[in-house]
Amino acid sequence: MSKIANSLYNIRLLNDLANKNTSIHNIHPLAKVIATVIYLIMLTSCGRYEISRLLPYIFYPVLIFAFAELPAVPILKRVLLVEPLIIGIGILNPLFDNYTINIGDFAISRGWITFFSIFIKSSMAIVASLLLVATTGMDKMALALRMLKIPKIFVLQLLLTYRYISVLIEEVFKMQRAYTLRAPGQKGIHISAWGSFAGQLILRAFDRAQRVYQAMSLRGFTGEYNTGEIPKFMFKDFAYMSGWSLFFVIARIYNIPMLIGLFFTGVFNL
Amino acid sequence: MSHHKLEVRNLRFSYPDGHEAIKNISFIIHHSESVGIIGANGAGKSTLLMLLMGLLFPDSGEIMVGDVLVTKKTLPMMRQRMGMVFQDPDDQLFMTSVYDDVAFGPRNYKLSEKEVESRVTKALESVGIPNLKYRAPFRLSGGEKRAAAIAAVLSMEPDILIMDEPTSALDPKSRRRVINLLKGFSHTKIITSHDLDMVLETCERVIVIKDGEVFADGKSADILVNAELLDSCGLEIPLSLQNCPVCGKRKNN
Repeated sequence: MSKIANSLYNIRLLNDLANKNTSIHNIHPLAKVIATVIYLIMLTSCGRYEISRLLPYIFYPVLIFAFAELPAVPILKRVLLVEPLIIGIGILNPLFDNYTINIGDFAISRGWITFFSIFIKSSMAIVASLLLVATTGMDKMALALRMLKIPKIFVLQLLLTYRYISVLIEEVFKMQRAYTLRAPGQKGIHISAWGSFAGQLILRAFDRAQRVYQAMSLRGFTGEYNTGEIPKFMFKDFAYMSGWSLFFVIARIYNIPMLIGLFFTGVFNL
Repeated sequence: MSHHKLEVRNLRFSYPDGHEAIKNISFIIHHSESVGIIGANGAGKSTLLMLLMGLLFPDSGEIMVGDVLVTKKTLPMMRQRMGMVFQDPDDQLFMTSVYDDVAFGPRNYKLSEKEVESRVTKALESVGIPNLKYRAPFRLSGGEKRAAAIAAVLSMEPDILIMDEPTSALDPKSRRRVINLLKGFSHTKIITSHDLDMVLETCERVIVIKDGEVFADGKSADILVNAELLDSCGLEIPLSLQNCPVCGKRKNN
């Protein structure tokens, strides 16, 4: 029970963080969304053996954490939740790709390199997405997505899923409690009840959706989600967006850590 | 003012499974009247409310708001004039902050952001929760949620307020606050409830529904003391009018 109650409490943490008032929070949501998307594209398009190329990308999350005054631990904890999935995807690489290469005195299989590259890339991508939510908030993000001409049905779905996930979790919790009270000594829910359990949940979700839709249409909803005043896109927003985007693209084209290394070794060779 | 009148004529409605939920209901509710609609579970109260709001359409009969017949065409206009507060505030509070939720209706009617703000502030003040403006709805207590849901409807400035069980699942203090709130509104009010004490306090007129038909229609003071009538409809006289549970003495009315 405490687990579910906890997750209910924590589920909104990111959105609460978005209510802060820092220089990063005040940037136009559209600028942040575009910068994040370019970050993700550039980051994930790096070759699978090029770990050194990924290093400059760490600047972005570090700076955002600092300037937006976000607590690192709860956000990184959320990344940990996804790690098993990432490891599951990459863990077979060392087995399949066992061609070895030498780094100094160390011999390492290429599989491990690709594994680490997947691991680092995915973790950084997740951190960047979480930071976007924590500095922008769901409502403003939806606004930015609408400005990018994403169909309103998708945006609406995103917002409503976000709003009602806690209601659904509560419903699951209620059903689970009712079940365990009448099935003492059983661990979890018996497989024979899974079908009716899932069916029941779907029916409840339908009912809920119906009532929510009714409430919306009674208040004049016709399909357009009006989130109020749209903030102006100012020069600082443009500078933020293009500055970061440029940095991400340059870091993708040039291997900055290697260039710096070459620069220093070159200097020392003189 | 005749344009706030609500008239229901020979309403009939059956659900697709053949269950006849509403069988021939007629009544007129006048401007600034408060009417309690009561009846046992399954009597047809909720169906009636849905018909009034145009969420369901009757098989036959008609509903007139003012002098306008409720049809698919007149629905948007009519819904602006009738506001409904749902039984479960969670169904109604779907935005991420109280402010946005209360602003949802006015924004849909394309009011200017300045007008929206003044309406939201007014609505929140009239239910006494201006301090909860930026809170997330899911973090509110039951009573606060109910108040927010009422504000969300008030911000549309309706002439007629329709409420489904406004005091259900509230603690006594919150219930009292909602009752006082309801008493303070000058709107035409239609309230369905099993909380007959609340109905007695807030409504001067009561319509009793039984098996999809109007069983009685009259002054609350007459109907809610008629134990026989209420008993035959699966109801009981309000607790405040019943004998003292400790000494069994009858109250002097």
